[in-house]
Amino acid sequence: MLNSTTSHHTERQALRVNPAKTCQPIGAMYAALGIHNCLPHSHGSQGCCAYHRSHLTRHFKEPVMATTSSFTEGASVFGGLANMTQALTNIFSIYQPDVVAVHTTCLSEVIGDDLPMMFKKFREDGKLPPGKHLIHANTPSFQGSHITGFANMTTAMVRYLCEKSGEVCDRFNLLPGYLDPADMREVKRLAAGIGARFVMFPDTSDVLDGPQTGRFQMYPQGGATVEEIRSAGDGFATLALGFWASEPAAKELEHKCEVPYELVELPIGLGATDAFVDAVRRLAATEVPGEIERERGQLIDLMSDMSQYLHEKRVAVFGDPDHVIPLVRFLVELGMRPVHVVTGTPGKAFETNVRQLLGPAGAAAKVRAGEDLLSLHQWIKAEPVDLLIGNTYGKYIARAEDNLPFVRFGFPILDRVAHRLFPTVGYRGAMRLVAGITDALLDKKDRECPEEFFELVQ
Amino acid sequence: MTSESYRFTPDPDRVREEMLKPYPAKTRKKREKQIVLNDPDSPPAIGANARTIPGIITQRGCTYAGCRGVVIGPIYDIVHITHGPVGCGYYSWLTRRNLARPAPGQTNFMQYCMSTDMQEDEIIFGGEKKLAAAVREAYALFQPKAISIYATCPIGLIGDDIHAVARQASEELGINVFAFSCEGYKGVSQSAGHHIANNGVFKHIVGRDDTPADGRFRVNILGEYNIGGDAFEIEELFARCGITLTATLSGNVSYDQIARCHTADLNAVMCHRSINYMAEMMETKYGIPWIKVNFIGAGSTAKSLRKIAQYFGDKALSDRVEMVIAQEMQKLKATVDEVKPRCEGRLAALFVGGSRAHHYQDLFQELGMRVVGAGYEFAHRDDYEGRAVLPTIKVDADSRNIEELEVEPDPVRFKARRSPEQLEALKAGGFTFSDYEGMMRQMDKQALVIDDISHHEMDKLIELYRPDVVCCGIKEKYVVEKMGVPCKQLHSYDYGGPYAVFTGAANFYREIDRMVNTRVWKMILPPWQKHPELGARPVFSPKPRKTRETAAAAADGKGRPARSRSARLEAIEPTGEPTC
Repeated sequence: MLNSTTSHHTERQALRVNPAKTCQPIGAMYAALGIHNCLPHSHGSQGCCAYHRSHLTRHFKEPVMATTSSFTEGASVFGGLANMTQALTNIFSIYQPDVVAVHTTCLSEVIGDDLPMMFKKFREDGKLPPGKHLIHANTPSFQGSHITGFANMTTAMVRYLCEKSGEVCDRFNLLPGYLDPADMREVKRLAAGIGARFVMFPDTSDVLDGPQTGRFQMYPQGGATVEEIRSAGDGFATLALGFWASEPAAKELEHKCEVPYELVELPIGLGATDAFVDAVRRLAATEVPGEIERERGQLIDLMSDMSQYLHEKRVAVFGDPDHVIPLVRFLVELGMRPVHVVTGTPGKAFETNVRQLLGPAGAAAKVRAGEDLLSLHQWIKAEPVDLLIGNTYGKYIARAEDNLPFVRFGFPILDRVAHRLFPTVGYRGAMRLVAGITDALLDKKDRECPEEFFELVQ
Repeated sequence: MTSESYRFTPDPDRVREEMLKPYPAKTRKKREKQIVLNDPDSPPAIGANARTIPGIITQRGCTYAGCRGVVIGPIYDIVHITHGPVGCGYYSWLTRRNLARPAPGQTNFMQYCMSTDMQEDEIIFGGEKKLAAAVREAYALFQPKAISIYATCPIGLIGDDIHAVARQASEELGINVFAFSCEGYKGVSQSAGHHIANNGVFKHIVGRDDTPADGRFRVNILGEYNIGGDAFEIEELFARCGITLTATLSGNVSYDQIARCHTADLNAVMCHRSINYMAEMMETKYGIPWIKVNFIGAGSTAKSLRKIAQYFGDKALSDRVEMVIAQEMQKLKATVDEVKPRCEGRLAALFVGGSRAHHYQDLFQELGMRVVGAGYEFAHRDDYEGRAVLPTIKVDADSRNIEELEVEPDPVRFKARRSPEQLEALKAGGFTFSDYEGMMRQMDKQALVIDDISHHEMDKLIELYRPDVVCCGIKEKYVVEKMGVPCKQLHSYDYGGPYAVFTGAANFYREIDRMVNTRVWKMILPPWQKHPELGARPVFSPKPRKTRETAAAAADGKGRPARSRSARLEAIEPTGEPTC
């Protein structure tokens, strides 16, 4: 397993090996699925759309519907206007969405296709059916990562759909960030439980965690409606979860509709969930109900119960920046020691944030943004850890390192199913994380400890 | 046969019309050519290898996927570097399930994804420097025998000369470095990528080592990618038969094996679509004849083995092959006898790939199942109608973009593998070289044949036929299953397999049995939807003291006991729909 990896780490200037990120368009496609009755459209050659649909399908085990402009060499030379026009004509007559959310690819970015001009022409030629919407995000694959693409498409929702009517309503906006449907559902449950009135977009719950009913629905019941997104312009504030995935849209909403925003971390772990709950409480001007305080208490109880198994355990973590930062915070809260922390998405703020969380005790930790899994693996070989947390690709490192305890977390998880049904955000999600981490550590002990130390009770 | 075999199926003309109905005129005109009703005796012309219409939800991928992902990716000891933004390299990392079991002493790089992860500056100022540096870094890290470079969409547009970078790196590092201009936008599907890959492997790897493999009956398998371990099964079967496998292109194969595969005496082609170019070029240059084989399905496997034995014309080989076939068929019989009655008469539809939609029909036929519709994702007309139509296929602009190598007989290494007399004798015995009769000749009359099926067409097909199983890919899988119909992925095998040769056939029979008979599909409706009536509250009725006489009176006369409490509950419900 990964036999050519050694403990010798060298800095590379050009070669990316086993990336901890992917490209922008897949994030844009995912965000667009969080609009009700929306068909994401990939403007480029059809392989991008095929790869993104396949990858999202493997993660969610759900239908992921999207169309493509199917560029061939001609379109790549002469521009994609004809392809776009034909695509939109087909889409509206065959698939009849309310919204087509177009994202670019590196191909259409390099040739410089002007999507607003194409939309304008389509509209002026009378081809856009009444009441239908076209939105677009530029998502060049050669900048940022899939998280950037998600942020760009969320920003496009604001740019195209949010409107300020002049009457501020008694609702705030919730931008959930790049979360799984179960997590989005949990964020809504917590906010609603506190008594908040809010609009959340994008919202992929009830889109990518659908039931088996024997009936396929091209547009499942979930997703934020155009009307809801439009009304975000009248919200009295925006609560944005995650600097990378949500802040750009929050900023755009402030700029366009003068809605002020507050930024908190994704509610992963104790402290970050506290911050989220407290922010919702302040915005909703209400009290945190006993039910939620009780969940918090259960989490604390679990943390103290399990502390003996977690204390000072060395952890390697990789994933998307908005996920990893609060996760590192949580690991520190649990008394664990994150020693290698990696995200593939670029951004110096990541390193500053994580360093701050680790404090002086973590001065020797490797913390790197824009890094890959080969480097992470080399560091693990040089300075071993007790636990690895990250997406599915981590399983190769875990197996290479003598079945290192491994907890799947983040995007994508291609080989297990629980992530799409059970949240890892909020207090309940944190309990699930603690259980997952403890299980991983104890399973290893149970498999490998000498027989005389094999214990009935833990 | 069970009553299922007389199951009503709709008029295929009507189904076709329903499929075409919502299409705008221009789209309809194109799709009409790609949806035909079959005639096995004289296959109708089908539109294939044509551009996918923008905005249609298609199964297809791109040229890069066909080149790096399908054909070359499985060579396990090459370092594969994708030149471009990070996505293309990332998505083709470990997702195709082409397994590898490297020989002792060989390295396996399959778990590594390498990309130049191009950033905006390199898009603007060119990426050649970064690519050259990446190749150097890869060599420093891994010291491979060979490095291959793959172009993604932006590369062709910004004009990076990847072939020049490869040549320079070859000289500098002293290893074989070569590049593929397989930008995603070339061609109309993965198919163009297969062709580009064939050209590159032929030019840069095949023939670099003239050491022949040991063994008398040396065969290459072309177009077998070891999904789920299929190639492992074929390797084992060949070993039992005494056939030497020189190389498999390109499942579970090393660079060295491909470098000497031109020393084989026969090319046996599995996936005609992805590798016929290689078969043709090797025949021209080295004199190796090719035959079409199929190791999917027990009958086809037996037929293919016999064909190989017949080619070599060796009695001992034929006897051994017959013995293996007899043993395996005997072993398989128990499974078929058990499974077939549960599957017979059920309906299947297959829309996948460039050969599997054909090959897997054998397995369904062996289970007594009926294929009501089939089609390929990226095949050409010859894969449907047979190679006889090759001269009539018009070469369009998209195909013309893909280089056709000028190949000539090698002045030194060309060697006719069979004498003219031997060839004549084989042909007189009904043996066919360089031929593939295509999918349609094996399908029922009036079965639907659909090329590059769209989501909407698949939706209609399922709605109107209600097949018992549909075979396609990951993007369609959960769409089909949300309709309550099980879907078998035939790209990745749903992480199962192997399905090749006799052992694999048994796996597939059991898998299809599981899929069409699993209980879960009958559990979709909750009981309250089957019987939504209200008023089923329990009613108190005072029970008389049980005596011998009253108990006898309550029995229904057929020896069954008196009704239980739940039976009393049912009794006061109005009659509902029968359960499914």
